[in-house]
Amino acid sequence: MDSELTFKSGLKDVLPTTFGYIGIGLAFGIVGKTSGLSILAILMMSLMVYAGSLQFVIAGMLAANSPILGIVFAGFLINLRFMLMSTSMAQYFKKESLLQNILLGSLLTDETFALGMNKINYTDRKLNPVWLHTANIISYLVWAAASVVGGLIGNLIPDPNRLGVDFALVAMFIGLLYLQVISDRSKKLSLQLSVILFVLVAFYISLMFMSSNFAILLVTVLGCLFGMVLERWK
Amino acid sequence: MSMYVFMTFVGCGLITWLLRVVPFVLLKKFSLPKLAVEFLSFVPITIMAALFFESWFIGHPGHLPEINWENLIASGPTVVAAAITKNLLAIVIVGVITMAIVRLV
Repeated sequence: MDSELTFKSGLKDVLPTTFGYIGIGLAFGIVGKTSGLSILAILMMSLMVYAGSLQFVIAGMLAANSPILGIVFAGFLINLRFMLMSTSMAQYFKKESLLQNILLGSLLTDETFALGMNKINYTDRKLNPVWLHTANIISYLVWAAASVVGGLIGNLIPDPNRLGVDFALVAMFIGLLYLQVISDRSKKLSLQLSVILFVLVAFYISLMFMSSNFAILLVTVLGCLFGMVLERWK
Repeated sequence: MSMYVFMTFVGCGLITWLLRVVPFVLLKKFSLPKLAVEFLSFVPITIMAALFFESWFIGHPGHLPEINWENLIASGPTVVAAAITKNLLAIVIVGVITMAIVRLV
């Protein structure tokens, strides 16, 4: 990653993360197909909802004939974390127009958020619309394409994820987390490692009481509070 | 595609879009208090860590989480690749190859 904030650098920076979308997008397409959705429905869901874990939940709830309001409420809870990410990200675009802010927020994901937060460590804590739009739109297109391909191959050929493609997403978060920790000089290393350890323990405990979607949200909030307390206390 | 399926997408799409966009709109008008900025400064590492650790466990609410050994084992070489290369593309490739090997063995 470098200090450039151009279309070209956006393309270069987002490339590794697209592998993550391909693995999970294929998986979603396959799951969608086997749970009875048409290719058109798979494509529409990826374009209209555009939220990885929620889409798996929707496919399952549709197959179970759940009421629409119930599915929407599940979506609200699962995606509440977007408010945290958008609030963090929006601070870097206060000078841009309202329309520009709405467009930038519309396609923000876990991945482009994490990428952006990494990027600011190399750009003197600045981001611009061209760079984020590039990352967002490439991600959006790759996600839609991968989910359609997953739906098409369905159960025709062996699942490519058996070869490890699905792990691309985890590997990407490992990489982004590692790079974030070593390059963010605004926080001490010991503080960052303490927060990460806290997240691990809190996540494990939370999983005894709730599904992982809710555990992610709860642990993110608790982890931030823990970090604040630790930073002030020292 | 039935009306039921389509309306589900509309509802979920709308709620997800609002969660994404409302903070951007509000922050155009209001500034965050210092305490909130401090809180948010921890969101990147906590969310990335939570999304990473999610892969290690399979939750069964009411019981101890099960360990996902495949993901846990494949994480090792991936972290090493991160430390050595500091390059996201290389990290992802090493991760996928490691997982393919773990599943073959």
